[in-house]
Amino acid sequence: MNLEELQREMGAAVMQPLTSDESMQPSDTTGHWQGRAMEKVAGEFIRPNSRLTAFERLEIYNRQYWFRLQSSFMEDFAGLRSVVGDARFEAIMNAYLAAHPSRSFTLRNLGSKLLEWLRSHPDYAGRRLSLALDVVRVEWACIEAFDNVELPPLTVDEVASLGAESRLGLQPHVQLLALSYPADDLVLDMHRRERRESSEAGVKAESVDSDRHQSLRLRKRATWVAVHRVDFSLYYKRLSQAEYRTLAALLQGMMLHESLETGFEGSRLAAGSRVRLVGQWFTNWAELGWICRHSSDSESAKGSERP
Amino acid sequence: MAANRFNAFQNHGVGIGLRIPHYEHIFANKPAVDWFEIISENYMVDGGRPLHMLDRIMERYKVVQHGVSMYFGSAQAPDREHLRRLKRLVQRTHTPWLSDHLCWGSIDGTYSHDLLPLPYTWEAVDKTAARIREVQDFVEIPVAVENVSSYAEFTASEMSEWQFLNEVVERADCGILLDVNNIYVSSVNHGFDPMDYVNAVPAERVAQMHIAGHTRYDKYILDTHDHPVIDPVWELYARAIERCGPTPTLLEWDDRIPSFDEVWAEARKAERYLQPVAAHDEEMAGASR
Repeated sequence: MNLEELQREMGAAVMQPLTSDESMQPSDTTGHWQGRAMEKVAGEFIRPNSRLTAFERLEIYNRQYWFRLQSSFMEDFAGLRSVVGDARFEAIMNAYLAAHPSRSFTLRNLGSKLLEWLRSHPDYAGRRLSLALDVVRVEWACIEAFDNVELPPLTVDEVASLGAESRLGLQPHVQLLALSYPADDLVLDMHRRERRESSEAGVKAESVDSDRHQSLRLRKRATWVAVHRVDFSLYYKRLSQAEYRTLAALLQGMMLHESLETGFEGSRLAAGSRVRLVGQWFTNWAELGWICRHSSDSESAKGSERP
Repeated sequence: MAANRFNAFQNHGVGIGLRIPHYEHIFANKPAVDWFEIISENYMVDGGRPLHMLDRIMERYKVVQHGVSMYFGSAQAPDREHLRRLKRLVQRTHTPWLSDHLCWGSIDGTYSHDLLPLPYTWEAVDKTAARIREVQDFVEIPVAVENVSSYAEFTASEMSEWQFLNEVVERADCGILLDVNNIYVSSVNHGFDPMDYVNAVPAERVAQMHIAGHTRYDKYILDTHDHPVIDPVWELYARAIERCGPTPTLLEWDDRIPSFDEVWAEARKAERYLQPVAAHDEEMAGASR
């Protein structure tokens, strides 16, 4: 076995799902070794010592792998846990991590495919699927908003001088969400509790009791939210449907007048009221630093600087 | 301090790992810490609070980067995006050297996020040394590799861990981040004399040292970084300092993190070993003048 083959063997063993009592599987469950006994598999490349068999030595790494990934996932999706309960959460976590192990040098991206995965495996969430999907949307948006880049924003004066055919960019940390439930309330409530737990313990909370994580009772209500960052802290800003649709259209690269038409599609608001409203939106967005150059403008500006 | 080309001839003293629960204390009290070690991956992001906090720390303190996912020993080519982000961070922090582990951790693009041990084979020596050289050339600063704690040994191994380390660093022409706690942990798990390891390390290549605590179970020790340093580890440290001279030293405390003062007090115990050796070195230098 050369180095690469050895690492492929050990990688497959380390990433194999654990048993329900968090031990290494007695026999291969992945098909990588055609269902052979893991004791035999481990003995082919791990040396035993006087206290531990090859199986037991490999098991240490198998358990550490899963504990590390589970811990990161639990930290990122505490809201989902509160919605679906401990048993379902554990099933979601283990099935998702088996299907989507980390493909990045950082655990920050571990949950990047969870929304897509949960949509295609709806039974895992049970009857609260719709709320669970919304909470995952909000929790992933928080991760993106926390450390995405901040581009130079347009000033209020620059925003005021925009023409109807302008194309604009949105700050990459601004995450627009169209939800079926006011799931931002639930996640915000979770974060408040976590902060309280953190300050009492003096350090970051390690594990959480399920009974302390009873989530808020939410009623279905169409909700539009932007998760964004101000002065390095996360905020949730509720949007009207028209405001959300306008921002989403701008993000898609539509011209300003097209974006506004999309935003007010089907609206009965009088023309004068729309003008006032749009003025307020843009002033607010500019104050928050949300508006920046469209990526094509930034590219051409960069290009023009080249000799 | 043992300033050498592997730590860019820097005289860093005793430092601790920069951890989020300590930010508030550091900004409020401005403790006189010689330097902080940062986990590179925590700051290889595009923006937001992590980089803001790092910039604030760098206004007052020296920082040195320590990585956990370069995986010098992985058989496949390094992730170019990882390298680009690492270099961008190096340019931001002006770290005089950077370190990562003598281990592997990814295969076919999937990451274990663990420091997996290598088989001590000649093939692994060649591949690992080549990769360290590649990274060192890319980041354009000295690189030091850290010995890891391990819980398993491979049937394929052809040499001891310290022979493997020596062969790799010689071929890569890189420095060593000598973790004396990891030596102790592995010595108990594999049944060798840790002093043999410390005595075999090429002292002139040691850029930095790590000290830490661990957790003892019935049949093995786990490198948990959640306890004070135990006496046998201090004994290894004393011997390492005796051989290498006063070397930049860092205490790692990553889990169940106590107050800043407690962590800093534990780190400063290293001065008991550093100061007499430094005084002796100065005396010898004076005598030769």
